[in-house]
Amino acid sequence: MSTLSERILGAPAGAYVDREVDIAFAHDGTGVLAREALREMGVERLPHPERLRLIFDHIVPANTGTTATLQAELRGYARSSGIGFSDAGGGICHQVMSEGVVRPGMIVVGADSHTCTLGAFGAFATGMGATDMAAVWASGATWFRVPETIAVNLAGRLSGPAEPKDLALAYVARLGMEGATYRALEFVGDGAAGLSMDGRLTLSNMAVETGAKTGMFYADPATVRYLADYGLAAASQTPEDCRYERTVEIDLGDIVPLVAVPHRVDTVREAEEVAGTHLDQVFVGTCTNGRYEDLARFARIVRGKKVAVRTVVVPASRTVLARAIATGVLADIVDAGCMVAPPGCGPCLGAHAGVLGEGEVCLSTANRNFRNRMGVGGEIYLSSVATAAASAIAGEITVPEVA
Amino acid sequence: MQGAGPAICLGSDIDTDVIIAGRYLRTKDRSVWAEHAFEDLDPALAPRLSGSIIVAGRNMGCGSSREQAVVALREAGVVGVVAESFARIFFRNAVNVGLPVIEAAVPCTEGARVAFDLDAGWVEVDGERYPARPLSEKMVAILRAGGLVPYWRSWR
Repeated sequence: MSTLSERILGAPAGAYVDREVDIAFAHDGTGVLAREALREMGVERLPHPERLRLIFDHIVPANTGTTATLQAELRGYARSSGIGFSDAGGGICHQVMSEGVVRPGMIVVGADSHTCTLGAFGAFATGMGATDMAAVWASGATWFRVPETIAVNLAGRLSGPAEPKDLALAYVARLGMEGATYRALEFVGDGAAGLSMDGRLTLSNMAVETGAKTGMFYADPATVRYLADYGLAAASQTPEDCRYERTVEIDLGDIVPLVAVPHRVDTVREAEEVAGTHLDQVFVGTCTNGRYEDLARFARIVRGKKVAVRTVVVPASRTVLARAIATGVLADIVDAGCMVAPPGCGPCLGAHAGVLGEGEVCLSTANRNFRNRMGVGGEIYLSSVATAAASAIAGEITVPEVA
Repeated sequence: MQGAGPAICLGSDIDTDVIIAGRYLRTKDRSVWAEHAFEDLDPALAPRLSGSIIVAGRNMGCGSSREQAVVALREAGVVGVVAESFARIFFRNAVNVGLPVIEAAVPCTEGARVAFDLDAGWVEVDGERYPARPLSEKMVAILRAGGLVPYWRSWR
């Protein structure tokens, strides 16, 4: 009996296998290096351009002449090579891939560590480096070591102000920053089935923060319905009675608003314990929490109020942005005094659009709070969208009353 | 595959943002990454990297998949990276750019004489020998070729 990774990769844990990939994507950062490596390999023609995507999301629109020139070269290559292309403004690679591209059972590789996000569809999705990506461009295939699997058994339902991000921080804290290195995570149990696709994507997204290769959900009727909205047919996956390396049990009813404090993702406190921490910036967005459900949740809390601290909101994709405009969610966010930046990774990696100054403190809905990541000397706290919204209104870390 | 050099001791959970900060990623000039390696951890570290062996604790190279991190170390002249455990993308990236990575739990004092033999599977610190975890056959072949690009060229 197989884990989902073993089933998709077709070999038992521990085996090394060469596999064709279904989808491979890179972004404006890693794509530049992959293109260089491909040139050095001497490869001219790509055997499977239809499987490949270049998605501009990291520094969009370009912030300097150097960035713009690098992006222009890569844009030209995308067009001449036949690689599928999503230009600046289309959104974050993982989000774009979640909007009717990735389906259950696929093998997906991305030149970005958060590619594990797409495990939410019951796909084997994992991150790699740029040279590995160049080899995938050149051959359509790569090698994998089939991972052992840790089950995260979710029971019950989230209640009160707790949301999927709090659950994500809870499991990262339980496993630790290297607790699942080289393992796959499988989110199972009735609590997994009760989560929306947006919520599942948030959980899968943070798998890499435990060192995991991917974080998977079994495709179920919720997955099938979500993909049907994008015109894709998909079937549910049935879990088998397989052997997990270990199982972590989490009762969703126990989850309360949580905050990861500087500078480790697995140093997690109840929001209550750090309430009152002064903030210089609030950032809502990223591949963790920039989806429509997140923006709508944020808007519900700030509607009719004013934020007391500079607040940057970045929709994860153009699709998310368009929906937020159509439903009035965006107007609520702008009326509350927030800045809205173009779809992309925004200030998450400290490259542009919301970089922190020395000693500044940011509450962010992203997935990493490494030292100096958003700017030298800046401090990053990670929270849910509801906590970010309540804190933006108060100007200090505040426990939300509702999700 | 062998190497030797003085130890530079780092702790556990060294993330790739610390190895090379996001603000230096937008260039194709590899010397920029070498020059600014570990800048936010210790600005005095980069000039000492040439000829050294980095000895880290657990979860070396966690975080972002940025390959600039391993290229920075290679370009700076790091001979190899020894760590008790590695984050998987960093590990694979290192092999792909021809930077030897050795999984072994060893003690570290700054400047200690470190040597490794990947084929024989050991690391020595000041003459004391410790076992290293073997690499897969394919990873050894890629490292021996000098990285994935030369490996690829030799196979096509």
